[in-house]
Parts: sequence; structure tokens; C-alpha cells
Amino acid sequence: MSDNLNNVPVMADLAAKGESPEILFWVGCAGSFDDRYKKVTQAFVKILNKVGISFAVLGPEETCTGDPARRAGNEFLFQMQAVSNIQVLDTYNVKKIVTACPHCFNTIKNEYPELGGNYEVIHHSTYLQQLINEGKVGLKGGGEFKGKKITYHDSCYLGRANNIYEAPREVLAALDAELIEMKRCRTKGLCCGAGGAQMFKDAEPGNKEVNVERTEEAIETGASIVASACPFCMTMMRDGVKSKNKEASVEVMDLAELIAKNEGL
Amino acid sequence: MQYISQIVFLIVVAVAAYFLYQRISRIRKNIFLGKASGRTASPERWKTMLLVALGQKKMFKRIVPAFLHMLIYVGFLVINLEVLEFVIDGIAGTHRIFAPVLGDFYTVLINVFEFLAVGVLFSCVVFLIRRNILKVKRFQGNEMKKWPTLDANLILVIEIILMFAILTMNATDMLIQGQDEHYTQTGTFFFSSFLVPLFEGMQLSTLIIIERFAWWFHILGILGFAVYVTYSKHLHIALAFPNTWYSNLNPKGKMENMAEVTNEVKMMLGMPTENANEPSAEIARFGAKDVNDLSWVNIMNAYSCTECGRCTDNCPANMTGKKLSPRKIMMDTRDRAEEVGASLAKGGKGLEDGKSLLGDYITKEEINACTSCNACVEACPVNIDPLAIILQMRRYVAMEESGSPASWNSMFQNVETNFAPWKFPPTDRFKWAEEMESKS
Repeated sequence: MSDNLNNVPVMADLAAKGESPEILFWVGCAGSFDDRYKKVTQAFVKILNKVGISFAVLGPEETCTGDPARRAGNEFLFQMQAVSNIQVLDTYNVKKIVTACPHCFNTIKNEYPELGGNYEVIHHSTYLQQLINEGKVGLKGGGEFKGKKITYHDSCYLGRANNIYEAPREVLAALDAELIEMKRCRTKGLCCGAGGAQMFKDAEPGNKEVNVERTEEAIETGASIVASACPFCMTMMRDGVKSKNKEASVEVMDLAELIAKNEGL
Repeated sequence: MQYISQIVFLIVVAVAAYFLYQRISRIRKNIFLGKASGRTASPERWKTMLLVALGQKKMFKRIVPAFLHMLIYVGFLVINLEVLEFVIDGIAGTHRIFAPVLGDFYTVLINVFEFLAVGVLFSCVVFLIRRNILKVKRFQGNEMKKWPTLDANLILVIEIILMFAILTMNATDMLIQGQDEHYTQTGTFFFSSFLVPLFEGMQLSTLIIIERFAWWFHILGILGFAVYVTYSKHLHIALAFPNTWYSNLNPKGKMENMAEVTNEVKMMLGMPTENANEPSAEIARFGAKDVNDLSWVNIMNAYSCTECGRCTDNCPANMTGKKLSPRKIMMDTRDRAEEVGASLAKGGKGLEDGKSLLGDYITKEEINACTSCNACVEACPVNIDPLAIILQMRRYVAMEESGSPASWNSMFQNVETNFAPWKFPPTDRFKWAEEMESKS
């Protein structure tokens, strides 16, 4: 659709032209503000442009889904956010949403319907898997990650919360990399420590940080890349790698970044 | 004179039934201190119950305890068939009434029961070793001191003694049959034969006394144990079934919506609300402070908990030294429901006793440590949901007390004013695209 990989269509502009894109890319707050996760957002946009899917973002009209407020107990604030977001989404007659954040994904998919927002919501790991299955990305073989040791850290909000365990792994399989599982994976996956609004406060008193416990396990696999699919997991795992002084040998990367890089984007 | 034992038997059964009825009614009342659950029947519920409770699907994530537990479980179910004979014999004043009817098959059946009894014995001994000698970590924990540990050991010891009673009864019965051919003949029982040397050479009258004693001990033990179970963590043998039937069937990530909030939010945003003309129902409290703020399924969860500790063992907060233990959340909920129920039964203050689940049992530090990762929910072999209780308490703290941690209050403020949980100006939200497009 676009030769410019860096093109970011905005919903309001398309609507003004009377166009409606096939999917809405819900960027999320981390994807918008967090310097590290902005790179994931950008990588995913490049992939979308490359495959030529018609998409748009809400841009300045997007606001927090309300997930952290709800998990921290503030139901009023959550519902205020949710109802306002649903109004915006419905104004544009949005049908299909793709997001790179498992928390946004879980909230919009599972919690918005009761408040009147009904959409087909897809996490970017599932979406990437679909693109791979359709042969649109990742079939070059012998790419940059061929044979590289990668471990995948399950996001709780994808895994246990929504039973998405295989899609991220199939995305990694398309890289022809060597996937090494941590002992605690899939249904037994250990949290990064950031869920349930922990991202926005210090941990309660204890004898260890959860992200350090998890990072140690990831490092033990000997993988040079820890693949994640969630902005909070990425922050926690990167902090963990830093605290272990392993930045030179272990990199935390999102699935979208891995695919984009493999595609030479 | 010959009816005395039958009369005694009936009285004993009646007394046990009375106590059981009292206890079950009390537990039922305690559970229904909770609010309506809104969970309705579906074929999925039966399937979940069959797989998770009857089929023990989730136990098999840990193969060793799963196997040992299966031995006790099957033993419990099948040996209870023999209790049927006990009850008929007890009422009718007969001895092994099924033996002449079933003939050789009776011998086979009792041998199967004995095999299972030995299986139960074996498992209980291994479980005692795991708890008291190997000190498996998930059975320790702060909330496991005193009664919970005693309770667990008592259950295992009682089961061992009951199994020995059966084997003793069969062993002496075989010797009696050898000395008195008018006695009901049953054939040889394999496992209790090993106990025969203990009783060989005893007089017939002594053997009869031991056999009768073992018979009475076993049936009294079972009745007493049934009553005991209602005071114990062992209640899972019954409640695992309704508990799994009432499992949460939604994706685990979905939090329950608060409809009472939805109406207010829609009014604030000037949107049409359902039942707009009706005065909004009296909202007792936002979130949960005490057991009556929870749903009754949450409280049934608490009564179904057998304190195995798989939840706590898998909890990221607990394994990194935080105070939170999902098992303790369930034990506290049960203890508080018991306390309120006992008080109400005595005409006491019940819920108005100045205490509450949150505050007197569970602290904010515990609920604030939860990452909502669902590891506890996933780990529970009977689908108990500690997370649901934790999140309802957070709602109470945030909405009724405004007592959330300061950083969360800042996060709330950021969401309200900047529409993001961080303190970034909303005008920066789309910078990532500008950065991108400037490259092209």
C-alpha cells in the first residue's frame, strides 16, 4: 500500500477522507512514551507497511485503556477510560484491533465488551504468526538469527490470562533460531514482576526482586536474546540483565523487532 | 439382648448424622454470607468438574504427589463400598452379609479393598515423611504453624489407623473362620494374611473380641472422621466437586465488571444508562473489606482449600520473600467466615464485631504485593481463585479508603490528567511517529 515504511496513517485523517482501514494498531502508553518500547512500535509499523496492510493508529486520540487503574483497584477511573475509549473507537467504526501490549490486549478484548465495546482484538504475536503463515514475512531462511540461541519469556497476560503460548514461539520458529525454553515456561511461566500495576510502584519488602529471579533463569539458558512480547516484561527483563551486568552478552528484544530485523527493515 | 449392638449402632449413626447435619448447615450459612455469584449452569461446568475434580487433571502437573494422592482417592471411593456392608451388617445384626451372596467374587472384592487399603497406607506414610522429615517447602510457610500442620498430620494418621483396623478385622476373621466353621467363610485375604501371625494362638473368644473391636473401631472411626473433616482442610474431598463446577470459565485475565460503577460513569459522561429512572440500588460497599463483600463462590473456594500450597509455591511475590501467600488469603477467608458464623450462631455481633477480613486477617502489604500473574490460579488443583479476592480488596482500599500506595495514587492522577500512567504530557504521545516520519 505504501512504499514508505515509516508512514503512520492516523485514523482521523483517513476518516476525513472517507477511508476506513482494515485494522487499528493500538499502540498503548508504553509503545507511545517509553523510549525503548517506541522502537517496538516503530518496528511493527514498518512490518505493517512492508506487508501492505491497510492500518491506522488513533495517534493523539488514544488514551490509557485503564488496565493499571483497574488492577490497582480504581474501578471508577478504569471505567471512565474504557467508556471514553469505546466512544472514540466506535466513532471510527473500528472492527479489528492489533496491539503490541498484552495488557491493552487483555483489557480491550476481555473487559471492554461488558462496557459496550466489541471488537476483534489480536495481539501482535498472533498477528505476526498469521503473517508468517500467509507467507508475507519471515520465509527468507538463513536470516540474521539463524541458529542463534533465543529464549522466550511468557507474558502472564498473554499466557495464563489468555492462553496464548504457541503464537510467539511460532514467530521465533520462523527465524530459524534455536529456541531454548526456561524451566518455568508456558503455564508455569514466571512473572516478570510488573503485572497488576506493580510497574507503577516499588515492590513490597522482600528478599529479592521478581525480575532478577526471572532474569537469572533466562541467563542460565545461555541464550543471547531474550524474546519478549510485552512492554512491561521488556522493561523488567532489561533491568534484570543490567543488574546482572550482562548487557554485553544478553539482549532483550520484542518479537516485532526480531521479525523486522530479520526482514532487513 | 441380641439387639443391643444394632441399637447402639443406630444411635451412633444418628448422633454422627446429627453433628454432620449441624456442621454442614453452618458451613452452608457461612458460605452464603457472600454475595450472589452470577455463575450459571453450562455443559462446560460439568466437563470442568469431571476433568479437574473427578479426573484430577491438574494434580498431574506433579507426578509423584499425583500418584500417591490417586491411591488415597481411589482407595477412599472404593473402600466406601465396603462401608455399605458395614452399615447393613450394623443395622441388620448380620456378619459379612454380602459374602454368601457374592461367593468367590466376595473374596476377590475384599482382596481388592485390601490392596487399596495398603495403597492408602503406603501413601499416607510417604505423605507423613514428606511433611515431617523431608519437610517439603510448600508445607512449611508462616501460615502453616500449629493447627494447619496438626490437622494435616492428624488426617494422615487417622487414615493409617483406619486402614489398619480393616486389615486387623480381616486377619482375625480368617483365624476365627479356621476355628469355627459355622462362621461365614470368605476365603483367603492376601494382605491381611501378613497380620495373621500377630494373632495366631489366641483363643477364639479373644479373636472375636479383637475382630468386633476392629469392626466397631473402623465404623466409629469413619463416622467420627466424617464429622472431623467438616472442621478440617480435608473438606476438599466433598467441596472439590462444587468448587470446580463453579470455576471461573472466563479468560483468567478478565476482571469482573462492577455494574454499579458503570451506571455512575455513564451518568457522569452524560450517556444513557440502563434503568436510569430507577433509584440506584443501595451499594453497600465498593470492593471487599469483609467476607460478606465477597461472592459466595470466593468463600466456597476458601472451604475447598486443602492447604497444599501449590499456589504459594508458584507465587512470584512469595518466592521473592514478600508477605503475600495466596494460600494464606484462602485460609484467612475461611477463618473469618468461621468466626462470623460462630458468632452469629451464638446470637453475637457477627460481622459487626469490630473486626474484618482486610485489616485483622489480611494486610494491605499482602494484597499490594500481587502481580496478578494468575500463577496461583493456574496451580490450584481444584480451581480456587485467590486473585479474585485480592483484587476485590484492592478495590475497597482504592475506592473506599483512598488508601492505595502513594505511587499508585500518582499513577491514578497521571491517567486522569495525562491519559497515561506515566507523567508524560499527552502532546508527546505521538512523538514516536514524528520521529519515524522525520527519517523518511
